[in-house]
Amino acid sequence: RQPHKSYSHPVSRSEDGARKAHANLNGWKLQCGESSITLYLSYVDSEAASVPLPEGLALVEHFVSPEEEAQLLNVIDWSPTQGDVTAQKSLKHRRVKHYGFEFRYDINNVDKDKPLAAGLPDECVPILQRCVEQGHTNVLPDQLTVNQYESGQGIPPHVDTHSAFEDTILSLSLGAKTVMEFRHPDGRVAAVVLPERSLLVMKGESRYLWSVVFCVRITPRKVDMVPAEAPRAGAPTEPGIQSNLTLSRRGTRTSFTFRKIRHEPCRCAFPSACDSQGAPSPSPGPSLPSCPADAARLEEEYVHRVYSTIASHFSDTRHTPWPRVCHFLSSLPSGSVLADVGCGNGKYLGVNADLVTVGCDRSTALVQICAARGYHAFVSDALSVPLRTASCDACISIAVIHHFSTAERRLAAVKELVRLLKPGGQALIYVWAFEQEYNKQKSKYLKQIFKEDHGEFSSTNLLSEKSQKSSGEQISDPSCHLENSHKPSDNMQGVSRVPDAHLSVHTNRTAFISQDLLVPWHLKGGKSQQEENPDLSSSQASASALKLESGTVPVFHRYYHVFQQGELEHLCAQVSGVKVKSSYHDQGNWCVVLQKE
Amino acid sequence: MKLLTHNMLTSHVKGVTKGYPLLIKATEVKVNQLDFNPQFVSRMIPKLEWGALVQAAEDLGYRQDLPGELIADYEQNEEFLKKVHRVLLEVEVMEGCLKCPESGREFPITKGIPNMLLNEDDA
Repeated sequence: RQPHKSYSHPVSRSEDGARKAHANLNGWKLQCGESSITLYLSYVDSEAASVPLPEGLALVEHFVSPEEEAQLLNVIDWSPTQGDVTAQKSLKHRRVKHYGFEFRYDINNVDKDKPLAAGLPDECVPILQRCVEQGHTNVLPDQLTVNQYESGQGIPPHVDTHSAFEDTILSLSLGAKTVMEFRHPDGRVAAVVLPERSLLVMKGESRYLWSVVFCVRITPRKVDMVPAEAPRAGAPTEPGIQSNLTLSRRGTRTSFTFRKIRHEPCRCAFPSACDSQGAPSPSPGPSLPSCPADAARLEEEYVHRVYSTIASHFSDTRHTPWPRVCHFLSSLPSGSVLADVGCGNGKYLGVNADLVTVGCDRSTALVQICAARGYHAFVSDALSVPLRTASCDACISIAVIHHFSTAERRLAAVKELVRLLKPGGQALIYVWAFEQEYNKQKSKYLKQIFKEDHGEFSSTNLLSEKSQKSSGEQISDPSCHLENSHKPSDNMQGVSRVPDAHLSVHTNRTAFISQDLLVPWHLKGGKSQQEENPDLSSSQASASALKLESGTVPVFHRYYHVFQQGELEHLCAQVSGVKVKSSYHDQGNWCVVLQKE
Repeated sequence: MKLLTHNMLTSHVKGVTKGYPLLIKATEVKVNQLDFNPQFVSRMIPKLEWGALVQAAEDLGYRQDLPGELIADYEQNEEFLKKVHRVLLEVEVMEGCLKCPESGREFPITKGIPNMLLNEDDA
């Protein structure tokens, strides 16, 4: 096993199945976002197949009943969420409530001299007693943090402050399952599925040394039957549904994390991560910008400077135009004026020789490559393109807008594309998708709808609903967001909104755990050479990777905001005078075709 | 920078309303050899600002006898199309700058590439 590599252990029911899988999949090349990936399969013996959990970590499934789950969720009175894609602001901020003591995110510690007026809710007592009885802890926690996450929200990598809390940390998962990633400082990564109503127990190494990170992804429009004391006001009453159940709109994961306040300095066996034993607080790294100047600075450092440095290597890996983009270009009338905003190395500038094509990019180095290839290109910013209004028959912007670090700038980029278009002109936009396994999820989603079969949720209804949305169906008012319906701050319980401002570094070839992240690029002879070059045999690739792990390989971080399903359409819906003609998922991207009216 | 690109570019300095066409100040001009495609040139012509093209060609000293007004029936006129082809696609400004006619702001052209980035002051 090699560090910094992703492994998966698929299991087949039969030997024949396994042989077929190996024959068909080994060496299979996939397009994932901007990279090419090759799958390598090999047989392992059964001992190696079970990946051990980090030391000290235990997962207890079915720890609470559905009734207890509902009861605990009822203790916290959150305002109902909308479920569908809402305004950008709500995506950045998960909701948090503290009991017992408030965890202060500004000092990354608890203020032990200021206990909160409200202790832990009574409903938690039987749950905690069960923890003690089952031996998960021998001390009753006195601090509770309740986190509520919507799809797309999560926590950046962190270790719970040693000096704030004692060893054992207990975390109850409610409302939705999630996958939590544990990262060891030596590079090992363990992904743990946390089902609903499961208890996660973190002790020892898993609590003191491994960083925890996750991002919640929830399928929208799921509904649950949830037991309730009495029908909630406004809850739909339908024939056939028992009177002691109510429909609960699922769209969130809620965690109850129980901890014991530490009053003595920490004397754990992991001093490198221990603030009591002299370890420095990890430097926060870049955060999401809070003003336009910050946004420009972030993009300068984590987009423009990087492309400038990696331009020729980057260009070498960007050689294959995507078929659906080519199809769009080929279907334009001869002589059409086309602007490629963010043209990179000119990959698409020559696809249709019948067009009058001009490209622009922020990177001089990349534009130079375009010029060397005989294309017409200039250097400019996508937010202000020096072409006249309504001068283009068509525009494309492929894998560009996801580099803008605020929703306002992403919207401005779309508006600029629309400005360039003549009436009736079309723009094609591609952005990196948060949902990388879209097709797999889609079929799971449909399967679940069949299983639940609530009558109105037949698969055909869903498909037509989806295609309706693509053609520009009314999307909920973007100015309405959760802030409006949020309760005023409740000092007794230490309510706060926590911005997930810190940008986490993505592990290449794994699922995205956050929408705003830094994606590593290993220059020239690094890992990406093997990622991008499918012609290297697996042994060659491993050998070159091993050789280079020991030396220093320059790594660059590029900022991305990866888009959730529907988010790009929602963005386009905020631009007047355009219609979304089509909307689809392609090669790990969300795509739209816009037409100017 | 070829004159086809120049024909499309405009000044986007904040507040400028008469930013088109940009004035060319060239210190190095090159002439390339490109395969002549009469249909392509013919299809491009209606998309151009003819006056701006002629002015630019003149400023560079490559106008030769290109007419000030677009001639009728140019689609069949191969000689005419060849002149357009040369001026539009073969003449290339390698070094110099583009100047906004209203604000005077200059955008450098280096190794054939115009850099149209604005500073914070003029964006």
